Amino acid sequence: MIISVASGKGGTGKTTVAVNLALSLENTQFLDCDVEEPNAHIFLKPEIKERIAAFIPVPEADEAKCNACGKCREVCEYHAIAVIPKGDGAIGSVLVFPHLCHGCGACSLLCPQKAIREVNKEIGVVETGMAGDIQFVHGTLNIGEIMSPSLIRQVKKRINPFRTVIIDAPPGTSCPVIAAVKDSDYCILVTEPTPFGLNDLTLAVEVLRKLKIPFGVVINRADIGDDKVDNYCQANKIAVLLRIPFDREIARLYSRGIPLVKDNVEYKEKFRMMFETITKRHHEADRCR
Amino acid sequence: MKQIVVVSGKGGTGKSVLAASFAALAKNKVMVDCDVDAADLHLLLHPILKERHEFRSGKTAKLDKKLCNKCGKCIALCRFSAISDDLIVDSISCEGCGLCSLICPVGAITMEENLAGEWLVSDTKYGPFVHAKLGIAEENSGKLVAKIREVAREIAGRENLEYVIIDGPPGIGCPVIAALSGVDCALVVTEPTISGLHDARRVIEVARHFKVPVNLIVNKYDINKEITGEIEKYCGAECISVIGRIGFDKAVVESMVAGKTIVEHCGGAIREEIFKIWEKLSACDAYLV
Repeated sequence: MIISVASGKGGTGKTTVAVNLALSLENTQFLDCDVEEPNAHIFLKPEIKERIAAFIPVPEADEAKCNACGKCREVCEYHAIAVIPKGDGAIGSVLVFPHLCHGCGACSLLCPQKAIREVNKEIGVVETGMAGDIQFVHGTLNIGEIMSPSLIRQVKKRINPFRTVIIDAPPGTSCPVIAAVKDSDYCILVTEPTPFGLNDLTLAVEVLRKLKIPFGVVINRADIGDDKVDNYCQANKIAVLLRIPFDREIARLYSRGIPLVKDNVEYKEKFRMMFETITKRHHEADRCR
Repeated sequence: MKQIVVVSGKGGTGKSVLAASFAALAKNKVMVDCDVDAADLHLLLHPILKERHEFRSGKTAKLDKKLCNKCGKCIALCRFSAISDDLIVDSISCEGCGLCSLICPVGAITMEENLAGEWLVSDTKYGPFVHAKLGIAEENSGKLVAKIREVAREIAGRENLEYVIIDGPPGIGCPVIAALSGVDCALVVTEPTISGLHDARRVIEVARHFKVPVNLIVNKYDINKEITGEIEKYCGAECISVIGRIGFDKAVVESMVAGKTIVEHCGGAIREEIFKIWEKLSACDAYLV
């Protein structure tokens, strides 16, 4: 079973929920898919055993074969290729802007001269290891790179179907979030009871409805703010899976990178109960299908 | 005209509440909300909508089953696994590269432009405000960010405004790069947690990669004074000015619930500190060089 943890708004407690859920269960695999700002390793402190660079394919033109016809520029939807035409003494050449390339392969496939081959461009790194009994995978995007969805997909290639998979997603509602939560069996949306929390929760709910992923809500810092998140969940028949109160001690543990459930049986039990609720709902949904 | 962007790396550190306070303090400015996929600044600025524009960007493949001869070439060549074995295009996976439409032997696939969101120009009691809504599960947030920054610069030029104040998105990827490239100053808001420091460092690296000067604020600095010390030590070593320390105050959430900026809703130390921060940011050109 794959459970992703997402939020819309940043800083609501995605990593807290994902990490503590993983630590409360057995036979889990943890995937940190917030590749722009991965934080789960701070709490899980995995021993990294394998470190593999992540690449995307980008075009490179062979000047000996290229006749600067401009076909590659024409087919590239991302404006990642410029062609300096022949003439006026210029031999003509192809300029590639690798940062804009999505790696679709159109240029190399459609070049009439077969002058374009694809070379690997490093966009980040995927690391795997163990955090106690938890299998751990995370990706880290290189500074200045923008293709986080591609790196997220490469992290997700490591999914182990024999374990309960917990995915820590990035904030927001756009492509990196979609890449992270896609194909999950269930998504936990973490929010806080503030106007910002509610606004971004409603956006995240729309994303999950579009992706047809079942979901429930965890309300973090549940005793601050107002009751509009609760009212919204009730009105839209969204399950509130867990409430975590605001507590300076919880904030202090978080600040030091210490997971909440460490030496806290009560919370461990709460996370385990939440998992049971999720699996029950998942099986029921399966039966209805 | 000076462009100032508020970023953080980690979400939820207080970007929008600070930006909103700057809206109340700065004279002659235009505000921009560049967190286009989870925009919240409007909840504090209460915009009166003046203009609404469609944001068309990117394409999606559309397959005409009547023309299709089921050869399967598109399925095999799509790098994004966006066409299923029974020839249905998954619009969420489709990255709009157009390869399928170019190689289809019977011309059954056309590319349709996406309505990827909208951008808005509003009036607020603080002055003009440019904001946007990215469509649910859409991509190209970076392009939408670039668009609204361009619109804001035009307004600032036309109305002879002194500042463009940008509320940035979390992370370090595509929309963040679009929000901070070419600004005069990036104000990094962080919190004294190991995650906060980790993420601030990464966004600072991005800012430096794009040659943007950086100032830093530690929000909720008293949650963990030891880590606040570490952040300040790091900034000292990196020649980054720490231009403010804001203490934890429950009144911040109360002001958000009231839909007001901190400086208009709260009294005491926090209000004074934000006044000082804005004074430093606006008065001293040295910070912006």
